[in-house]
Amino acid sequence: MAERPFIHPYIPNSVPATKQAMLDELGLKSVEEIYAEIPERLRFKGRLEIPAPILAERDLERHMVGLLGKNTSCEEFLNFCGAGCWQHYVPAIVDEVINRAEFVSAYCGGEYSDLGKYQARFEFNSQLGELLDLDAVANPIYDWGDVAGRSFRMASRITGRKRVLYPRTMSPMRLAEAKTLCQPEVMPTHVRLEAVDYDPATGCMDLVDLDRKLGDDVAAVYLENPGYLGFIEAGAAEIVRRAHARGALAIVGVDPIALGVLVPPGSIGADIACGDIQALGMHMHAGGGCSGFIAFRDDDPVYAQECPLELYTLLETEAGEYAVAEAIAERTSYGARDQGKDWVGTASGLWTIAAAVYMTVMGPQGFKELGETCIARAHFAAKRLAELDGVRIRLSPAFFKEFVVDFAGTGTPVAEINTKLLEKGVFGGKDLSAEFPELGQSALYCVTEYHSQADIDYLAFALKEVLA
Amino acid sequence: MSASAHGSETPKDKVGRLARLRREGGALHDYRAPHWDEPLIMEMGTPGERGVLVPLAEPDVTAAIGAAADYIPAGMARAAAPDLPEISQHQALRHYLRLSQMTLGMDLGSDISEGTCTMKYSPKLHEELIRGHKAADLHPLQDESTMQGLLEIVYDCGQYLKAISGMDAITLQPGGGSHAVYTNACVMRAYFAARGELPRRNEMITTIFSHPCDAATPMVAGFNVITVMPDENGYPDLEAVKAAVSEKTAGCMITNPEDTGIYNPRIDEYVKVIHDAGGLCFTDQANANGILGVARARDAGFDACHFNLHKTFSSPHGCEGPATGAYLVSDTLAPYLPVPLVTKVGENYHLDYDRPQSIGRVRGFLGNWMGVIRAYAWIRNLGADGLREVAEISVLNNNYLDNLLMAIRGVSRPYAEGHRRLDQVRYSLETLKQETGVGTEDVRGRMIDFGIQSFWMSHHPWVVPEPFTPEPCETYSKADLDEWAAVIRKVSDEAYADAASVKSAPHASSIAKMKRLEALEQPDQWAFTWRAYKRKIKEKR
Repeated sequence: MAERPFIHPYIPNSVPATKQAMLDELGLKSVEEIYAEIPERLRFKGRLEIPAPILAERDLERHMVGLLGKNTSCEEFLNFCGAGCWQHYVPAIVDEVINRAEFVSAYCGGEYSDLGKYQARFEFNSQLGELLDLDAVANPIYDWGDVAGRSFRMASRITGRKRVLYPRTMSPMRLAEAKTLCQPEVMPTHVRLEAVDYDPATGCMDLVDLDRKLGDDVAAVYLENPGYLGFIEAGAAEIVRRAHARGALAIVGVDPIALGVLVPPGSIGADIACGDIQALGMHMHAGGGCSGFIAFRDDDPVYAQECPLELYTLLETEAGEYAVAEAIAERTSYGARDQGKDWVGTASGLWTIAAAVYMTVMGPQGFKELGETCIARAHFAAKRLAELDGVRIRLSPAFFKEFVVDFAGTGTPVAEINTKLLEKGVFGGKDLSAEFPELGQSALYCVTEYHSQADIDYLAFALKEVLA
Repeated sequence: MSASAHGSETPKDKVGRLARLRREGGALHDYRAPHWDEPLIMEMGTPGERGVLVPLAEPDVTAAIGAAADYIPAGMARAAAPDLPEISQHQALRHYLRLSQMTLGMDLGSDISEGTCTMKYSPKLHEELIRGHKAADLHPLQDESTMQGLLEIVYDCGQYLKAISGMDAITLQPGGGSHAVYTNACVMRAYFAARGELPRRNEMITTIFSHPCDAATPMVAGFNVITVMPDENGYPDLEAVKAAVSEKTAGCMITNPEDTGIYNPRIDEYVKVIHDAGGLCFTDQANANGILGVARARDAGFDACHFNLHKTFSSPHGCEGPATGAYLVSDTLAPYLPVPLVTKVGENYHLDYDRPQSIGRVRGFLGNWMGVIRAYAWIRNLGADGLREVAEISVLNNNYLDNLLMAIRGVSRPYAEGHRRLDQVRYSLETLKQETGVGTEDVRGRMIDFGIQSFWMSHHPWVVPEPFTPEPCETYSKADLDEWAAVIRKVSDEAYADAASVKSAPHASSIAKMKRLEALEQPDQWAFTWRAYKRKIKEKR
C-alpha cells in the first residue's frame, strides 16, 4: 500500500481509524487474515500494471475531457449515416427523466420499493404495443440483431421447425448476431437461416423466390419494414399471408419510429415483431443507444410461454392502486437455468424508460408529423443528390428515411468520397460496396427530422465539391 | 393508506428510540415511501394536447416533394392513429418524476441488500462525461479518425482489465454480464469447431451456485449442461466434476467465489481436471470486487473470464441496463473473439475486422461503451493501490456485517464453518421461518419500511433454504453496515413478537399489498400492455 493512508471519497471505511475499529471488532490484525482463504499459490504477488491514479476530481475531469475532446461528434459535423443507429432529435424532457438519480442508480429492487420503475416499464410496453398494434411486449434486451435471432429461436420452439427465411437485404451485422444465436450447422440444435432474394429494382422481397423456399419445414418468414436499405416493404402483407399458408410464423422487424405513418406489424397479421428502440429517444452513444424489443400476439399463450424475455403484467392492490409484477418468470433463465428459454440479463432498462417518455411526448400527432418529415426530407435529399453528375438513387422510390445512393457513375469509390466529406464537416452514408457489391459504389444515406433543408443543401454542395 | 414503520410514536419516544438504536449499532430511518397514487400514462391527458412539437418539412421541401403520403405504397400506410397519450410537457414530466420518486434507487438508499449485484457508488463526474455530445452524439460508423479519444479509452481500459485478470486479449462488445458469458460459450464452440471436435465435445459443466447464465448461455450455444452440486462444505463437489468429465467435455463455466462468498481454494485442481480432459475453463467474474489485485483468473489456470463493468467497475445499473460485459481470454482463444477489436498501431487506434476465425458478432456496432468510459475513469482515479483498497474494504465490510448478522436470532450461514467469506454471503432464514413462520420473502417485504432496498434472496433453485444475500461493497460506511444489520435485527425481533405484522408488510410503501396474483400465471388474467388489460380485465368488470 501507499505510505500515506489512502483515503478515498468513494470508500468511507478507508479511514484508518474506521478500518482499525472494524478489524478490532472482528479480532483480526489485518484483512490478510481474511484473504488466507485464498492459498498462496493462487495469490497475485505483483502490483497491477495500471497508471498512477489521478486522484483529484478536477484533474480526472481534465484528463477525461481531453480524451473525449479528440472525438468529433455528430453535433459538430453533419451526420448522414444511419444503418441501424439513427440520429433523431432527443427531446430534453427525455434526458431530464432518465438522468434522475433514482432511475440511473436503481437495479433489481422489488415491486414495492421500485414501483415507479415497474410502472414506467409497463407504460413503455403499453405504448410500444399501441405503435406496433400488438398486445404483448416483452422487456427489451441488447439490440435488433439479438432480438431477431431470439425471435427466430422462439418461432422454432413454437413450431418445432428448424428453418427460417430472411430477406437478403437484411443488415449483415444483424444477420451475424442472429447467426451466432442460431448456432453453426455442426450443432444438433442449429436453426438454419436461408436468404430470400430481392427484386433488384426495388429491394423488396422476391415473392417467387419466397415461394420456392417456403416449405412445411419453415418455422418463420422474417421481413423488415422499412428494410435495412431504407425501402418500404410493399409486399409485407402478402409475405405474411404466404408464410401463414405454409404454417410458418411471420416475424416483422421494424423501426418503430416509422409507425406514425407506416402500417404496424399487428395490422398485417405479424405473429412476432422485433426491432430497435434506439430511435425513440436514445442518443446514439456510438451504438450504445441500441436496445432490441420483442412483441407478439397474446391470443395464444404459447407466444408468451416461448418468449425468452421478461414479461410484466398489470395488477391491482388491496387499496385499488395499480401494481406491476413479472409474470411467468419460471420460464426464463433466472427461473430455470439451462431449461429456460434462452437467457435474460441486465440489458437496457434505462432506455425503455427513455422510450416511454419519448412516446408520451410525441403522441399520435407527433409520430405522424415526424414520419411525414422524415419521408419529405429524405426524398428531398435524394432528389438533390440525384441531380449530381453520375449519382443515382437505387431501389424502390418508396423509402422512409434511408436510401441507397450509387456513386458508380462518378468514378469515385464511396470510401474516397466519405474521406473527402470529412474535410467538409460531413459524415457520409454507410458504405455498402462490400456488403452489397451488386449495388455498385453505393452508400446508405439517412435523413431524418434532425436535418433541416439547409443541412441537406449543404450535403449536396459538399458532395458536388468532392466529386468535382 | 400506509401506516408508518413506527405507528403512533410520539416525538419524545422517537428521540429515545433512535438514541437507543444508535447505541445498539444502527439508527433506523422512519421512512415513508412517496405515495402519489399516480394513474397510468395511458389514462392521462386530453385529446389534442402535445408534449413536444417536431420539425415540419420546409415549404421548399414540400413544394419539391409533394405529400409524404404519396411515397407510401398501397396498403402500407397506417390506417388508424396509435392510441398513445396526448399530454402536455409539464404534465408528462410530472408523471415520470413521480415514478422516479417511487423508485428507491441506490443513490438514495442502501443497496447492501442486492448481493451478487455489487451496488457500488457510481461517480457523478462519469455521468457528466457520458452525457456530453463528445460521447453521446457519436455514430458508431463514424470514421475511426473521428473517434480516436473513445478508441483510446476503450483500448487502455482493455489493457487495465487484462492486467487485473492476467488475460491476453479482450472484447468490450457484450451488452451485459450474461452477454459476455454467452460470448464465452460461442468462443469455446468456435475453438472446438476449428479443431474438428464438434459435435463430440457437447457438454459444458457448471455449478449450482454459479449464476444462471453460466447454465443458460451454453445451452443457447448448443451445449448440454451438467450442473455440479455443492459438497457438504459448500464447495463444488470435485469428485462430481471428475465423474462428469469425459471426451465429451467442452469445458466449464463457473464462479469463484460463488454466490455463497466462499472462495474455493482448490479451484486450480478443478481447472486441471477439465484441462486434462481436453476442455476449456471459464470463470464468471461478475462480482470481482473481493479479488481485485488479490487473485487473477489466469493465474488459476483459466482460459477465459469476464467482468461486469456495471458492477465491479462502477458503471450505474440504470434500472437493469444499459450494461457492459468485458470478456477476456488467453492467446489460444483470442482468434475467436467477436469483431471488431480495438487495436493500436503507433499512436493511432483502429477497429480490426480482419479476424477470419472470429465468431462474428454478439452485438451490433461496437458495444455499450458508455460503461467503458466510466470504468476507465474509475480505474484511472483509483490506480493499482486504490483497486486493492476496494478489494480489501469490500472484504472487510462483508466480514464486519457478517459478525453483526450472525448475532441475530433466526439467521444462519450454511456451509464452510470456520471459513471467512470474501465479498458476499448467502445466509438462511430457515430458523426464523421454522420458529416464527416469517420467511425470507416476508422479511424482504418489511425491510423496505425502513428505507432499505429489499434484499436479493438467491438465484433459483434455492439450494440454501429461505436465502438472502447481502453484498456490502466498499461504498458503504460502517454506519451504513450498522444500520443494515439493525434493520434485519428489528425485523427478526418483530417476527418473534408479532409475526403477522411482518407478514402483512410493507406498511410504508408506495402501494398496498398486491392482489390478483393468479395473473402472474394465467393467460386470461395476465396483461402485458394497457390494451390487453382493457380487453381482458377492465371491460369484463
